[in-house]
Formats: sequence, C-alpha cells, structure tokens
Amino acid sequence: MSEGKIIKVSGPLVVAKGLKGTKIYDMVRVGNTRLFGEVIEIRGNDYSIQVYEETEGIGPGEPVYSTNEPLMVELGPGLIGSIFDGIQRPLDVLRRDLGDFILKGAERPSLDREKKWHFSPDVQINDEVSPGDILGTVKESKLIDHKLMVPEGVKGKVLEISEKDTTIEETIAKIKSDKKVLNINMIQKWSVRQPRKVAKRIPPEAPLVTGQRVIDMFFPVVKGGTACVPGPFGSGKTVVQHQLAKWSDADIIVYIGCGERGNEMADVLLELPELKDPKTGESLMERTVLIANTSNMPVAAREASISTGITIAEYYRDMGYSVAVMADSTSRWAEAMREMSGRLEEMPGEEGFPSYLGSRIASFYERSGNVICLGSDNRKGNLSIIGAVSPPGGDLSEPVTQATLRVVKVFWGLDDKLASQRHFPAIDWMSSYSLYHDVVDEYASTKVNPGWKEIRREAMELLKKESELEELIRFVGIDTLSQNDRLIMEVSKMIREDFLRQNAYDTRDTYTSLRKEYLMLDLIIKFYHKAINALKSNVELNKIMCILSKEDISSAEFIPEDQLFKFQDIERKMIHEIDGITENSLGT
Amino acid sequence: MYKEYLTVKDIIGPLMFVEDVEGITYGELVQVKLNNGDVRYGTVIEVEERLALVQVFEGTRGISPENAKVKFLRKGLEIGVSPDIVGRIFNGSGHLIDGRPNIIPKKRLNIHGHPMNPYARDYPNEFIQTGISAIDGLNPLVRGQKLPIFSGSGLPHSRLAAQIARQSKVLKTGEKFAVVFAAMGITFDEANFFISDFKRTGAIERAVMFINLANDPSIERITVPRMALTVAEYLAYELDMHVLVIMVDMTNYCEALKEISAARKEVPSRRGYPGYLYTDLSTIYERAGRIKGKKGSITQIPILTMPEDDKTHPIPDLTGYITEGQIMLDRGLNGAEIYPPIDVLPSLSRLKDKGIGKDKTRDDHADLLNQLYSAYARGKNAKEISVVIGESALSPVDILFVNFSERFEKEYICQGEYEDRTIEDTLNIGWKLLGIIPRAELKRIRPEYIEKYYRETPI
Ligand SMILES: Nc1ncnc2c1ncn2[C@@H]1O[C@H](COP(=O)(O)OP(=O)(O)O)[C@@H](O)[C@H]1O
Ligand SMILES: [Mg+2]
Repeated sequence: MSEGKIIKVSGPLVVAKGLKGTKIYDMVRVGNTRLFGEVIEIRGNDYSIQVYEETEGIGPGEPVYSTNEPLMVELGPGLIGSIFDGIQRPLDVLRRDLGDFILKGAERPSLDREKKWHFSPDVQINDEVSPGDILGTVKESKLIDHKLMVPEGVKGKVLEISEKDTTIEETIAKIKSDKKVLNINMIQKWSVRQPRKVAKRIPPEAPLVTGQRVIDMFFPVVKGGTACVPGPFGSGKTVVQHQLAKWSDADIIVYIGCGERGNEMADVLLELPELKDPKTGESLMERTVLIANTSNMPVAAREASISTGITIAEYYRDMGYSVAVMADSTSRWAEAMREMSGRLEEMPGEEGFPSYLGSRIASFYERSGNVICLGSDNRKGNLSIIGAVSPPGGDLSEPVTQATLRVVKVFWGLDDKLASQRHFPAIDWMSSYSLYHDVVDEYASTKVNPGWKEIRREAMELLKKESELEELIRFVGIDTLSQNDRLIMEVSKMIREDFLRQNAYDTRDTYTSLRKEYLMLDLIIKFYHKAINALKSNVELNKIMCILSKEDISSAEFIPEDQLFKFQDIERKMIHEIDGITENSLGT
Repeated sequence: MYKEYLTVKDIIGPLMFVEDVEGITYGELVQVKLNNGDVRYGTVIEVEERLALVQVFEGTRGISPENAKVKFLRKGLEIGVSPDIVGRIFNGSGHLIDGRPNIIPKKRLNIHGHPMNPYARDYPNEFIQTGISAIDGLNPLVRGQKLPIFSGSGLPHSRLAAQIARQSKVLKTGEKFAVVFAAMGITFDEANFFISDFKRTGAIERAVMFINLANDPSIERITVPRMALTVAEYLAYELDMHVLVIMVDMTNYCEALKEISAARKEVPSRRGYPGYLYTDLSTIYERAGRIKGKKGSITQIPILTMPEDDKTHPIPDLTGYITEGQIMLDRGLNGAEIYPPIDVLPSLSRLKDKGIGKDKTRDDHADLLNQLYSAYARGKNAKEISVVIGESALSPVDILFVNFSERFEKEYICQGEYEDRTIEDTLNIGWKLLGIIPRAELKRIRPEYIEKYYRETPI
C-alpha cells in the first residue's frame, strides 16, 4: 500500500503526490481523518482525488493512503429494506452509532455482519458450476428470495455445500476452480463503475405496469426500458417517481435520491413500510433498496450514488428479477460531475458541463435492458431506469435534458401550466411520447382487451382535436363551433378530468390496474360513439351532457378493483338514457 | 503561538493570496490585522503547499500586501452560543450591536454544521396557523418546512414576513418559540421595520437577529445565514424550541457568492452564477426540519426578490428546486391593492398533505383546497378569454366562475395586515364563495362534504 502526501485542497478536490502504483478510479483514504476519496485524474506525479466527505480541516502535508481497489459495493443478503448514502454507508447504522448528523470519517460495513440467514443449497456436491449459476437461496425478505450466485471467474466442481444458518462472511460452499479450492461466502464485491455481465441482451417483452393511467395507456414504459421525466420545480417529478416506486410491478425497486430533499427520503421511509403491494399484500419496503445522498450531503458522493444504485439493481437483475431504478434527479448527478470537472479545470462544454456529459448519461441508461442472465439455467431478468431531469427554468433545450432525450425511449414532459391548474400528473399529452407502443399493445391486446390499441388511438385523436379547437375558440369564441365539435370538447374534457388526472394522495385513486384503465377509457369512448349517433338524430348536445350516468362515468375511478363488473352497469345505464332521449326527440 | 505571516501577495475582490504558508488546512479561520489596528476575519477556500487563498469576510478594502499581518487560527468559523443569546442583535460579522453586555458562550459551534442524516429526519406534519388565508387555506405551512417567499422589488414581502412571525401558532399550547432573523444586504429602513415590529409586539424578547445592511461588506452575507442557522439548530435541538428562521434577501446572498466565484475566475453556469449555486443553497435550506426524538424544529421562511420578476432566473429557480414549495407575490395583485398579493396558482406547499385534514385542521380541507384552486384557475382563464373576445363568448357557467375568481381575490386572498383569521374562518370563507358555483360543477369535493358544508348562494 503506497502512501502519498496532500499538496492541495480545494473543496471536494484534493491533489496528492507520491501515490505511485495507484490506478485511476482507485479508492484512497485522505488525511489524518482518513476520508473516503477516489482518484479521478493522474497527471505525472499529481493525483487528483474527489473526496466523498467534507474536507474542512484537511491540509497539505497530510497523508493519503491508497487501497488499490476501485469504489466497490457490497452485494449480498441485507440490501433489501436498507438505506445507504452514495458510497453505500448504511445510514440507519450511522445514526444509531454516531447520531443525527453525518460526521466525517464515519465508517460502518454496508451489510450486517452479525445477522444469521438461513441458506438452502440449490446445487449438490460434485455438481459443475460456472459464473452466474445459483448455488442456493436465502429468504431475504417476505417478498424476495436472494439467490447466491457463483461469482465471476469461478468455475468448477462443488466440493462442499450444505443447508445452514449462516452470516454473510461464513463459507457457504467450497468450489474447486483452476486447481484451487475457493471458499465462497455470501458477499460479493463489485466495482460500481463496471457494468455487471449478462449472457445476452434481448428485446423487451412486457410493460412495466405503473398503475398510473396516463402512463400505462398513453406513454407506457416496458420492463427493461428507459424513461425520463423532465419538468420545472413543482411540476410533479418526485411524485411520479414515488408513485412508480410504490406501484409499478417490478420485483425490486432501487430508489436513488440523488441531490434532492432530505424530507422526501423521510417521506419514502415513512410510507413504504405502511403500503401493501397490490400483487402480494406484503409491505412495499420488502422489495425496496434506498440510496439517499441528499443535496446537502457531499457532492462527490452524490456523483457516486447513481453508480452505486444501478450496480445493486444489476445484481438483483442477475438473479432473474425484474428490477426498476428511479433516479431523482439525474440533473443533480450531472451537476456533481460539472462541479468536479470545474475544480479539475477541465475544458468546459455547454453551460459549464464537462464534454463527456453525454457519454456518461448514455452509459448510465445503457445499463438497463431485458437480458438472459449469466448461469446455465438461462433465466431472464430485466432492469428498467426512470430518471427525473430538472432543467433550469424548465428549459428543455439545456444540455442534460438534451443528452437524456437522445438515449431514453419514453419522455414524460411535465407542464408547469397543468401543474398550476392542479392537473396531476402534469404529463403533457401533446408533447410526451413512448417508443414502446408496439410491445405494450401486443401485450395488452392479449392480456387485457383486443380493443386496447384502438381506444388509445381514438382518445389521443380527440385530445389533439381539442387542442386545435381551443386555439380556434381563443380567436372566435365558442359560439361558432358545430355540435360535433362541441361534443369533442366535452368528451376530451372527460378524458382529461376523469381519466388522465389521477390523485396520488387519494387511496382509492392512487393505483389503477390495466384492466380498469381499459374499462374507464372504453366507457368514455363508448359514450362518445353513442353521443355522435344521437347528434345525428338531432338530439341536442345539452340533453346528452345532462344524462345521469355521466356522473357515474366521472366517478368510475373510485370503483374498487374487485367490483369491475359495475362498469357494465354504467354502460347499460348510459346506453339506455341516450336511447331514451333519442326516441323522445324523434317522437316529437 | 500562531505564526504571523506578512506575505500577502495578490488581492482580488474579496480574496487574498498568502504565500509561504505552512500547515494550513482547508476551511480554516484566518485573522487579518492591519497596521491601523483594524482586525478582520476570513476563511481558507483553497490551499496548496505554500499558498493559501483566503476569503475575507468584512471585505478587503484598505488591505495591502504591506500593511497586513495574517494569522491562521487552526479551527473553522465558529459562533459562541448560550441560552442568553435569545433577545440579542448581532451584526454580519457576528458581533453584538445592541449595546448590552457580551454573552458568555456555553459552547462554540462551527457555522457550517453537518449534513443531517436523512434517516434521522422526522417528516414535518404539524400545521402552523399563520392567520393568512392564502397560506393556511391553500398553501399550508407545517413545522420544519422551508417555504420561501418569491417577491419582487417594491412588493410587501417584509410586511408579510412580519405578519407571519407575529401571528404564527400551532393549534397546541405550552411550547417554546423563537425567531431567528438573518438580514443580508437589506436597507436600514427595512431592517428597522422588522426590529421595531418585533419590539412593539414583544417578539424581540424571543428573537435572535443578525443584521448585514446594504452598505455593509457583501462578503459577510455568505456567513450570515450560516451563523443564524447554527444558532437555530442550537435552540431547536438542544433547547427544545420551535424556531422560525426568516432570511432576507437571499438574492443578495447569491450575488455575494457570484462575486467570489468571479474573483476566482471560475467557469460560470447560467447567467454568470457559479455551477455550485444549487449545492451551496441546499446547505442553507436543508438545515430546516425536524429530528426524530427531538422536541424542537426549524421552520424557514427565506425571502428573495426575483430579478425582473422572473421566476426562471437561477436564484428563484434553484431555490424552488430545494425548498418545499413557494409563496409567490404578484405585481398585478399588488397594483389592485390586494394585500397580501399572493398569486396562489404558482404558489405551492409541498408538505401540506400530511399537515391538514381531520384532527389537524378539518376533514374537508384537502378537497376544498383542490376545488378552490381549480375554480379560481378556471375563472381566471375564462376571464382572459372574455378580455379577448368579449363576455358574450362565455357560457353562463363560465360567467359564474369569473365572478367567483374576482370575489375570491377580494374576499379570500385579500385581508388586513393585522387580521388574524382562524383556520375555521378561512375554510368557511372558501365555502361561502363556492356557493356562487352550481353544485354539479364541484367535482373535486366528496359528496359527503358538499352535503355538510355547501350552501348555494345566488348572486
Ligand atoms: N399525482 C399527483 N397527485 C396529487 N398531487 C400531485 C401529484 N403530482 C404532484 N402533485 C403536487 O405537486 C407538488 C409537487 O410535486 P413534486 O413531485 O414534488 O414536484 P417536482 O419534483 O417536480 O419539484 C406535490 O407536492 C403535490 O402537491
Ligand atoms: Mg422533486
């Protein structure tokens, strides 16, 4: 281990000499208080280090120790339900041992070393195994069976393995690999800058169902896909991310609070344990890993938090799970890069961001995907990424948004206007898009209803027509509109208010299944068709809009998931009422 | 004991390079003595083996390489605290200016504090009644929240902040309160307004004030909010007090930061502000909050004036990205003599949801709030259309909404500077005005509340 000496301190950047042999991206310990740092540039004898902790009190002359290891995460049982900072320090343990504020040089193992887990083998003595093969299982939480996989570079015969209660450090198996006998325990260390390997990438197959109507129906994301949520402050990025963390049908959620508010993490910690997974009825915390490096925590660790989170996510994907990562906000991550780049006096690109901004963002989203995992069972896993973007002043032409849009396949554009009218989620249906419609339509037409694609198309058309008509009204007033156009306005309003709008804070409205989403929209479209016909028979629009069942349509969101048959009742009532007024008007 | 250096080399803006130094650490406190006996303080913002870059708090005016003796004090910037600090007034460099005897500190605290462990945070959920309808009814404030006022030059943000400080109460008694006030670059008149208002109401007895005026060194504005928040943390977490921190004007703070950044020749991001403005502001704003197991709390009301009334300017923009909502003042309403001129549509309280409702304010509060918002938005929208193409273009229902929105501004938002409305009053005014609108249009409210509170009032 070489020892160097500090020659410069500038905020989170420290420059040291005499670290010969230390590699770029190696971790070092800085100063007498042994702060965590990472070598990010080497120029001759000068090693630039980004320090993951507050550097006040550190000065030239103090030692720097190299560890000869890159920044690693610990992977193993105990991740689920935990909350870590950007360099995977366990925040709950830090608080228990060191108090309410984060002190310098605080160090605790990421995973609990004492806890006993019940390990059951899935292979037998004398089996031949190779990387990715599942050696055995530990029940990590009520929802998650943690699969212990053969680590990279290990291939050979199992010499010893048995069912037992064990800590993560004890040996669970002996494997003869390359004539050596290796003791395998339940901790794997992995460099966060290095994507984990997969056997093969495959195209997406199924939607990531979010329970959010505007998303699932109009701008869906798939398992293994990518999406971004840009919007000015207060437009609802965090609520969208929280809703997805709560309700999307992934097996595992990794939520990264990257440079955002402390209270938002407190909120997640308060709510998730109380909420029940709609599929299993278990607490949502049983499938969640939290990374919290809030805005006021050291900025270099904020930069690392994204890599830490995605590496943990890849690890669970490798077990064959469907994993979703929420990163709120990727802009804060980009800003952390900009801050370090500025201190390194690199040549700045647009708005001071480093020139490698685009490639960093692209490599992050590239870590998503639907894959065949390593391991001889050819299991499938997938990793979806949903990134919030915080454009300054809501201006989407800025570098982070632009770099993100070049790589992600779904864009949920949040609109300030909608937010100030309290239309939530404030996803602008005119500008947002999803490039996954084919996959989702195919899935939904077999699993939900063959009419899925058609009603989506028709509803979207109505909304587009509405916005054209609105322009028109601005100039000439509502009087000039035909009855048909007025009907379009009315029906579009129903789509907006009764379907697109969804209150995250109302327990009855916060989640909607695909089936119910279909029924809700279908009801509105059926009403539209029925009304057109009535207009043809010269029924007045006012009369149609006054039918009693219109109230039922607009409160359809509150129909419980186990009483979806009620949609038929409403439909029958609606048809009956419109037929009634049509006959009346024909009769007179 | 401390080595004295006579090796000041360059002086650039508020910054000073000292050569041939040894054993210096980042963030260290620096004392600068001038020949004429003047003493100033500063802090090390970058250090190399033989060179320290010092930011001088009271400014570098009058310093020359020949007349300055520099000492490095081996500690960060600290402030002495004790329970006696309550009721006292400091200047921007942390000296008492109220003419009363010095206090004997119980302890000295580093003004940068430490980041709060997010796991230690307790979610703010206790409703604070400010007596102001536009806040209590529509953008409720809770204990431990950071809720800024986005204002413009000449708008009555000071009066509003003073009214909040005067009237704020929690619907519970027997607790200890304090107000910590941090003034950055404001005028003497404005500072005096607060001091006399606090004196008149007796609030001064439980206030701690830090005053940096427009003609004081701008560089002090970097430390003023940090001193104030260090005191606030002491009062909240060690003395169990509920502390309201008012900081005015954050725009001046950001300007000072920009000045230092320019002197260091850093690459700027938007409009000349440093790329780390967001991070820097968060180390101030994130010091609001509550801690599990502690009695006290810190609620922040930062005030900033938006340059050119533009909320996309980096100062309000980055503030809004950190704080838990914003109260937006509007020049148009102010012109129409509506006080407080709060434009409720772009205003927001992000923490309202867990602070209101049954057992906190009233069962109907959340629904009513949503309905008032949407009715007001619709009314204003319709009014805009009618301005372009005439009222005849509006449907009869839209005309009712226009009517609603006008009365809403006059009767709900507008109130006296000394009018302290209870939350019941505020909610009831809301229902009274909704009476203008036909029942069938009230889609945001559950039928049971409509049943209970709605009375149609034909106009
Ligand atoms: N789906 C929703 N339902 C109800 N309210 C919402 C919803 N989305 C956003 N909001 C409101 O908007 C506020 C701001 O949302 P947030 O996600 O924090 O914005 P951002 O992260 O973009 O700054 C929330 O505090 C909440 O009041
Ligand atoms: Mg947010």
